[in-house]
Amino acid sequence: MAAGALGRVLDSDLFWSFRRSPVAVVSAVVALVCVLGAVLAPLLAPHNPFDLASLNLGDAFKPPAWTPEGDALYPLGTDDQGRDVLSAIMYGARISLLVGISSVVFSTVVGVGIGLLAGYVGGSLDSLLMRIADIQLTFPSILIALLVDGVVRAVLPREVHDQIALFVVIFAIGISAWPQFARTVRGSTLVERNKEYVLAARVIGISQGRIMLTHVLPNVVGPVLVIATLGLGGAILTEATLSFLGVGVPPTQPSLGTLIRIGNDFLFSGEWWITIFPGVALIAMVLSVNLLGDWLRDALNPRLR
Amino acid sequence: MAAILEVRDLRVEFPTRRGTLTALDGVSFDIAPGEVLGVVGESGAGKSMTGAAIIGLLEPPGRIAGGEILLNGKRIDRLPYEQMRRIRGKEIGAIFQDPLTTLNPLYTVGRQLVETMQTHLPLSDRDARQRAIGWLEMVGIPAAAQRVDSYPHEFSGGMRQRVVIALALCAEPALIVADEPTTALDVSIQAQIIALLKRLAREKGTAMMLVTHDMGVIAETADRVAVMYAGRIAEIGPVRSVVKSPKHPYSVGLMSSIPPLDRRVAQLSGIEGAMPRLSAIPQGCAFNPRCPHVFARCRQDRPELIETGTTRAACWLYDPASEKRAPEAVQHG
Amino acid sequence: MLAFVISRILQAIPVMLAVALISFAMFAYVGDPVSIMLGQDFTEAQRQALIRDLGLDQPFFVQFATFIGNAVQGEFGLSYRLSRPVAELIAERAPATLELAFCAAAVALLVGVPMGVYTGLYRNSWLSRAFLTFSLVGVSLPTFLIGILLILIFSVWLGWLPSFGRGDTVQLGWWSTGFLTVSGLKALILPSVTLGLFQLTLIMRLVRAEMLEVLRTDYIKFARARGLANRAVHFGHALKNTLVPVITIAGLQLGGIIAFAIVTETVFQWPGMGLLFIQSVGAADIPVMAAYLLLIALVFVVINLVVDLLYYFVDPRLRAGFGAARGGH
Repeated sequence: MAAGALGRVLDSDLFWSFRRSPVAVVSAVVALVCVLGAVLAPLLAPHNPFDLASLNLGDAFKPPAWTPEGDALYPLGTDDQGRDVLSAIMYGARISLLVGISSVVFSTVVGVGIGLLAGYVGGSLDSLLMRIADIQLTFPSILIALLVDGVVRAVLPREVHDQIALFVVIFAIGISAWPQFARTVRGSTLVERNKEYVLAARVIGISQGRIMLTHVLPNVVGPVLVIATLGLGGAILTEATLSFLGVGVPPTQPSLGTLIRIGNDFLFSGEWWITIFPGVALIAMVLSVNLLGDWLRDALNPRLR
Repeated sequence: MAAILEVRDLRVEFPTRRGTLTALDGVSFDIAPGEVLGVVGESGAGKSMTGAAIIGLLEPPGRIAGGEILLNGKRIDRLPYEQMRRIRGKEIGAIFQDPLTTLNPLYTVGRQLVETMQTHLPLSDRDARQRAIGWLEMVGIPAAAQRVDSYPHEFSGGMRQRVVIALALCAEPALIVADEPTTALDVSIQAQIIALLKRLAREKGTAMMLVTHDMGVIAETADRVAVMYAGRIAEIGPVRSVVKSPKHPYSVGLMSSIPPLDRRVAQLSGIEGAMPRLSAIPQGCAFNPRCPHVFARCRQDRPELIETGTTRAACWLYDPASEKRAPEAVQHG
Repeated sequence: MLAFVISRILQAIPVMLAVALISFAMFAYVGDPVSIMLGQDFTEAQRQALIRDLGLDQPFFVQFATFIGNAVQGEFGLSYRLSRPVAELIAERAPATLELAFCAAAVALLVGVPMGVYTGLYRNSWLSRAFLTFSLVGVSLPTFLIGILLILIFSVWLGWLPSFGRGDTVQLGWWSTGFLTVSGLKALILPSVTLGLFQLTLIMRLVRAEMLEVLRTDYIKFARARGLANRAVHFGHALKNTLVPVITIAGLQLGGIIAFAIVTETVFQWPGMGLLFIQSVGAADIPVMAAYLLLIALVFVVINLVVDLLYYFVDPRLRAGFGAARGGH
């Protein structure tokens, strides 16, 4: 079974076009390195930046290993607390990826659900939902995420908020991105709904819910996948931005954005590596995901460029 | 009389990833001043491609790979873009298929006429505008003096095609390449547009290459007809001969697919099969897999246009050197 | 024309009301304004008096109406954090943000549109490829990181430009401007580029895509077939048609500049509304957040209106839609 599925993948048009695109292959490799480095951080990272006992303030502000004052122990140098920058990046990428993926999954589920509902039920429910989506789309998602985060912050007591801050950020970013999914899915649903096979399914008495799931959903997978991939880059950026602004994930779980914000304070005193390396990691991650998304869009829809 | 347009052995190729496709191969014909040449064939036979090659606007990556195109005896297929541009509109006018998309929606029809004329003729703004109104009147647009400042969307489809005709003719070219000028129009309007084109071409002495798949339009308008198949000319000759007694088996099939208006028929006798894709044109005569009269030579050698008495057809049936087969076997359906 | 404007304004009202409702809900139900305003020591009588003063004992719709009435007059109460009228705070900060947004929009449009046109027309030239690569990197670079990199290069390493603040400003009535002093202008450069870069890349990609689309149309082919000069075809026919859809999306993108100003202002410690907002989010200062939200909504509505009006002037088909339809189909 599994071998058959793998064979099908390797034989598919999509894989063929993937192999023919050097950009896609390189992006996939970079993305894979980022993901593996993040997921396996506890195994691969040279140090544990959260292990306070191992921190040595004497090692603070070490520049990268290749500079004259560098220390081979810390390939990318250390920060103000003597933490290894490379390890901090790997652990930070974990948080960034976790938040990015979770919020995209969240907005996909919400957006696809609402889109199917609006497209299939139609009528005033459709106009209401799409009106809300339109209004929300008018505003940049970073603003929506900031507002949601701010409101939750105001509603919850500080102790509670700190505990669930990660979920708040995921919720805030996820809720800011659902309209793109909803609109696309609604559009495809409207098209599919009037096709003959759906009418036929209805005529032989298959329930509406079943028709939606079994007939309409598979047809919107492609576009949703593209939006989700491109959305993942955006979500990681939004999270980094929120954390940079100091309203994202709590400082106890520093993401790449948090690391950049912390490092930013030392930019002027010459310790550029504390902020630049997390920045480079962030760019590598987002750029590779965006390039993959671009490629996927072109591959699934050759007419677009 | 010397031909205004001569096309000699024209070959158009499309380099693609999977090899070079030959879209036009050995296409030759000419058009005399004031003559209307109809070009017919199925979609993809290369009719529009021939027109595009003549006006020098082949879609990249398509390119002229061989042969020559002469306008008034001057070669125009190798001209630099800028020189060819001066010929377009001035010496060769073009009419496209869909009047709804041919006009720029953001400019008034008057402005589009004025800019075309001023590109090619030394006219003051005032004179150009007067002429624009004159042209709109000439193509039958009522209240032309007011309508000159209207935008394309304010005209109906038929009226827009009249504007397109005015645009094609306004710099008084000697040749018009009309690519399916009536296909996108209502049937009731088609006849009016064809009548207009015919009248203007006669009045101005303009030659015309009329590309269409509508045999009715051809029978009505053309002096001579070229039948195209798979990027080649299958048969060319005077319109009466080609329509009434076609010689090439493909022309025979094509003509028999016109439903006669005067009697009921149980079934249209079309041609079996479909035109080959450009990537899979058979050796020998391109029509041989579908031809009811195919014989060995058709599968090996490609036929040139051969004199048949009334027309010229690219068919071995008419070659005296062919193994004797009875041309009488070709029945007009 | 007038009917068009009025119909657009009528369409904007529900949007503004929806945003106002959200602001009001935040204002009324998030946190407890009464205890925040009273501080530590108060009697029950004082509390009741304040509730009456604030109108919190009124029914929901009365409170909402009062809120809107106040908002229309620019009255949003006191900031919890700074104990000053919100309207005053915002008025003080607005010039900084607006000048920054204006410069960023200028950067984005004046550079983005020509780059998009160029890459659309000459899509196989090496310069086009360079522009496209640049734009993809631009889309993937977070605004704050661009700011940090620019600061590192131009302030820390080269020492050419200031890294924070507005420089010297000149007071013109209540408006403080940085346009009139050298240090003010120098201070504007890095933040404007930072803020404009993202929009620039988006606008460039948008113009390019639209240009390619237009160049494929029949009317461009027909314009060429009429022998018009390349100049007239590209910069007359093609560009004008490209701008129709670009105006809409570019308008919305420029709205995004106001939002991303929050980030840029944080990086450059720019004393504008965005910095005020982010400080308010951190401190859960609801009145400022509510007022800012309404203001941003207003800005977006105004931008939309302007975009629609531009559309109206550029596209004759729209004009016809609102006038009596002449001619038939």
